[in-house]
Amino acid sequence: MPAAVIVFPGSNCDRDVAVALEAATGRPPAMVWHQESSLPQCDLIVVPGGFSYGDYLRSGAMAAHSPILRTVIDRAHAGTPVLGICNGFQILAEARLLPGVLMRNASLKFVCRDVDLRVERTDTIFTSGYATGQVLRVPIAHHDGNYFTDAETLQRLEDGGQIAFRYCDSDGNVTADANPNGSIANIAGILNAQGNVLGMMPHPERLAEALLGGTDGAAMFGALAEAIAA
Amino acid sequence: MKARIHITLKSGVLDPQGKAIQQALTGLGFDAVEDVRQGKYIEVELSESDAEAARTKVSDMCEKLLANTVIENYDIEIVD
Repeated sequence: MPAAVIVFPGSNCDRDVAVALEAATGRPPAMVWHQESSLPQCDLIVVPGGFSYGDYLRSGAMAAHSPILRTVIDRAHAGTPVLGICNGFQILAEARLLPGVLMRNASLKFVCRDVDLRVERTDTIFTSGYATGQVLRVPIAHHDGNYFTDAETLQRLEDGGQIAFRYCDSDGNVTADANPNGSIANIAGILNAQGNVLGMMPHPERLAEALLGGTDGAAMFGALAEAIAA
Repeated sequence: MKARIHITLKSGVLDPQGKAIQQALTGLGFDAVEDVRQGKYIEVELSESDAEAARTKVSDMCEKLLANTVIENYDIEIVD
């Protein structure tokens, strides 16, 4: 079954992720406008990056209450895999599908560059194509990527193995210097407790084929294609 | 009636924008500035004549959309 990509006014990575999904699955994903209230038959939902609703009020706040999100939330609760990238992560957090919030970067600057990520979990449908501790090089491009949650929730994330990726140096060391935005515990991506929803600030779709300068992102789409074909 | 809503960061949540404003104020010579916290102010006009009913509705608005209660508090003032 194909994937579905949700498109909001202000999404700007929807077509990039569609290309990566088509390359991995052999089929173009369904592109679903935010005002729709139903989704086509699909086994994977992607909430792409961008600046939905111009980041009004808070990044992702408006999109989290758009008609399609009610359906996305229902499908996520029913177990359909949901991947939120960058603004997609912000939207999933605002929709409370993932805990915590993405605040303004600690530097107050928009950060747009490649970063190193350490893979913390490989037993998920999103990351089964990677090795534990593997260091990926993936771009980030955001102003509000400073992940924050209270101490209790952070402990729950750590204990439950819900942290999928952390910012690290090129040797895989999780250091303050390698943290591009001030995220607590260098968190770059988290899973929900059930493991079917992943939110991440870095953009795997932007380095998913050699022509783009790297292929570290491709294995995520490959793993997802395999998972939904099974 | 009208609701005046102040949305502020919870204590303990870092506010880098407030810090930047504080530094700018200090740079301008305002030596007495000890701390700055930045928030939002929102006005909502309501077709509602009962103040308590208005407060209940605006509180619901804050919980659902206007504030992110993971990091923010809100304070509602109802005025005629």
